[in-house]
Amino acid sequence: MPRINSPAELEEFRRSILSKRSDDRPCITLCSGSACHATGSEKVAGAIVAELENHGLTGQVDFRRTGCHGFCEQGPIVVIYPEGICYLKVKPEDICEIVSHTFKEKKLVERLLYVDPTNGEKSSFEHDIPFYKNQQRLILGLNRKIDPKSLEDFLAVGGYKALTKALFEMSPEEVIGEVKAAKLRGRGGAGFPSGMKWEFARKAPGDQKYVVVNCDEGDPGAYMDRSLMEGNPFTVLEGLMIGAYAIGATEGYIYVRQEYPLAVDNLSVAMKEAERRGLLGKNIMGSGFDFTVKVHRGAGAFICGEETSLLASLEGKPGEPKSRPPFPANKGLWGKPTNINNVETWANIPVIINEGAEFFSSVGTESSKGTKIFSLVGKVNNTGLVEVPMGIPLRDIIYKIGGGVPKGKKFKAVQTGGPSGGCIPEAYLDVKVDFDELMKMGAMMGSGGMIVMDEDTCLVDIARYFLEFLSDESCGKCVPCREGIRQMLKVMTDITQGKGKEGDIELLENMAMATQGAALCALGKTAPNPVLSTLKYFREEYEAHIKEKRCPALSCKELIAFHIDPEKCKGCGSCLRKCPANAIEGGKKTIHVIDQEKCTKCGTCIEACPAAFQAIGKLSGVPVPAPVPQEKRALA
Amino acid sequence: MSEFVLQIDGKEVTAREGMTIVEAAKSAGIRIPTLCHHDQLEPYGACRICTVEAEANGRNQLVAACVYPAEKGMVVQTKTEKLAKIRKVLVEQMMAHAPDAPQLLELAEEYGADRDRFDKDPSFCILCGLCVRYCNEVKKKNAIGYIDRGPRREISFIPDVAGKECWDCKECFPLCPTSALQAAYVLTEALATPPEEAAQEAGCACSCSCSGSCG
Repeated sequence: MPRINSPAELEEFRRSILSKRSDDRPCITLCSGSACHATGSEKVAGAIVAELENHGLTGQVDFRRTGCHGFCEQGPIVVIYPEGICYLKVKPEDICEIVSHTFKEKKLVERLLYVDPTNGEKSSFEHDIPFYKNQQRLILGLNRKIDPKSLEDFLAVGGYKALTKALFEMSPEEVIGEVKAAKLRGRGGAGFPSGMKWEFARKAPGDQKYVVVNCDEGDPGAYMDRSLMEGNPFTVLEGLMIGAYAIGATEGYIYVRQEYPLAVDNLSVAMKEAERRGLLGKNIMGSGFDFTVKVHRGAGAFICGEETSLLASLEGKPGEPKSRPPFPANKGLWGKPTNINNVETWANIPVIINEGAEFFSSVGTESSKGTKIFSLVGKVNNTGLVEVPMGIPLRDIIYKIGGGVPKGKKFKAVQTGGPSGGCIPEAYLDVKVDFDELMKMGAMMGSGGMIVMDEDTCLVDIARYFLEFLSDESCGKCVPCREGIRQMLKVMTDITQGKGKEGDIELLENMAMATQGAALCALGKTAPNPVLSTLKYFREEYEAHIKEKRCPALSCKELIAFHIDPEKCKGCGSCLRKCPANAIEGGKKTIHVIDQEKCTKCGTCIEACPAAFQAIGKLSGVPVPAPVPQEKRALA
Repeated sequence: MSEFVLQIDGKEVTAREGMTIVEAAKSAGIRIPTLCHHDQLEPYGACRICTVEAEANGRNQLVAACVYPAEKGMVVQTKTEKLAKIRKVLVEQMMAHAPDAPQLLELAEEYGADRDRFDKDPSFCILCGLCVRYCNEVKKKNAIGYIDRGPRREISFIPDVAGKECWDCKECFPLCPTSALQAAYVLTEALATPPEEAAQEAGCACSCSCSGSCG
């Protein structure tokens, strides 16, 4: 197939692809995102090819390696069409059975189906699994249908229709008008209206303008941008090209962090494919619009997610932020007007152009339109990527989609917005998730991290952990961030180690005020959030640590002790054998005792103690009871 | 260049386009404290001691006056209770590193900062970057730069360059608000001296293969 020179040729090419495809045709798909890759999807793929051949099905059953499905904890994921049968945690040795049972005998392989941990019910089909059922996947949805490296797959699901519409039926101003009317807000964290940002760059004087994709996702535990870039690079490219056309840019950069090799690979293949067909490069589809794009690999600094730092890094300078104004829209890359958006923002553009601003803005809340992808992780049954309409209550995400907290533990808080986000307690779980509501709670949307915590999590220690992360990732340029975080971290570390003093909370609040107010960039300005939000909702935990030297969650090592209840110990020796520190004394039919001096508080003994006895517990804020005298330890 | 009027501390100030708030204030005789600012250098905005309250386009925000452009109709406050609180904390945090720096002692006096509020970590450097930027922007030698990031950030002479360029210059020394720079330079001087020379000077007679550097 040669270059595509007009919209008519594109449609003809699309028709020829679709004519060879049918929804009824059997197809086995395998998730090939990074997470499934890590759990062995490579080997599963090999087994699929081999088994289809063994069973003589090679020409009759299609095999497609798709982008990330988002249910990463359950990978590798195999879905069989046309039915949509979903098998989870598939191993290479399961493939023979899948092929012979499901394709040949039309029977299900029961043991590979999803089982709801809350009620034990099985789901045969992908669309029945509660994790998927309660999502609205406007952006992520295509990931599971296409091979990220296949232009034909992308065209088969309607790819490049939005670009064609923008280039041939709309003026740049109309494109910007549509994005403004859709009320799309940037998905990278700040939530600034994208259409307005585009308009600033469009109106900024300059012969050369740039568009940039920010794929420097660095929040611990968040990976929605990786999944989009890996799973559907064509959509991101299409969005970027539409933006470039609207702004008047002919060059683009995609800044991908070094840690995302698969995203870089898939993106590079997609770019080559698009270029070969005339969908990228000079005179795209004969429209007269030229656009070239380069991939830049970041070196893995969290601060480079901040736009001015990212641009500095692109220019080959240290990734340090600059004061705004001037904003990148006026003076960005190499001093030229530049529009920079996050991956997910760009991926929203084709939807807006295809479906229209009216449709897009019908989803979501008054101030936040469309859907948002969250990375739901932590103490929750179903972890993975969830895409939900803005305005959904937090409770629905955690319970309906996430399936609640595992092991019957109590929910304690959910942390949203990445390291500089905030922790929201149970009392506010019915809050509607959108940019402004989360901000009011002292948390934030950020780029979409969502970490669920149960009763065993110490919120003081969590705040300390995030400060530690931010301290490592601060560029060190400005005093309130570099010194403020450093000093706050010292105080927080002291508190979690039982060295907290009267006045520490006030000191933290005082430093937080200065850092929030005076820091140069968003990293610093939001860095005190973990401390402030936990102080707001869990102040009594701070006080317990400082005044009573007690960790209510029994988590901070310096404040807890492990203790064997002499009434419950049956002298079985399980804990004694497993203790890696040789800190347990005891013998057969003798009450065991932990030597507090030797104990490293690793928790192995609690796990080793048979469930029937439950003799070992943690103590905090109270003295450890004196051990039973040697002569009284013998059990009858 | 077009002129416009803004308000600083209740006073009408005429500024030219391209001026920062610090420059506009200075032209009207209003002093905003600065540490990392220097007239000869590009605005940097690192010490944040010049943070002021600025109201423009209906939004009131805290901005660094040394980098933020003065705008028409802007209302700026340089001395409020909130700003004094912020500056006090910043001075105290810098004093953990350079407790005896004269400029910091002066600011501590002004804002009632306690020089011993935080445990001392005397690097003597507050990373204002005056030396680094002066060497880069004015002298164009790049003999000194930053290494590492966050709380581990330090200034460091690049021995190869410093060995050639610094002997006759040392123009950055008087810019340093603390005594850190001279100390760093003395160290570099030692490192940059060719090993044979150093060995001869120090008369190092050890038996290791240090070429004299351990002496």
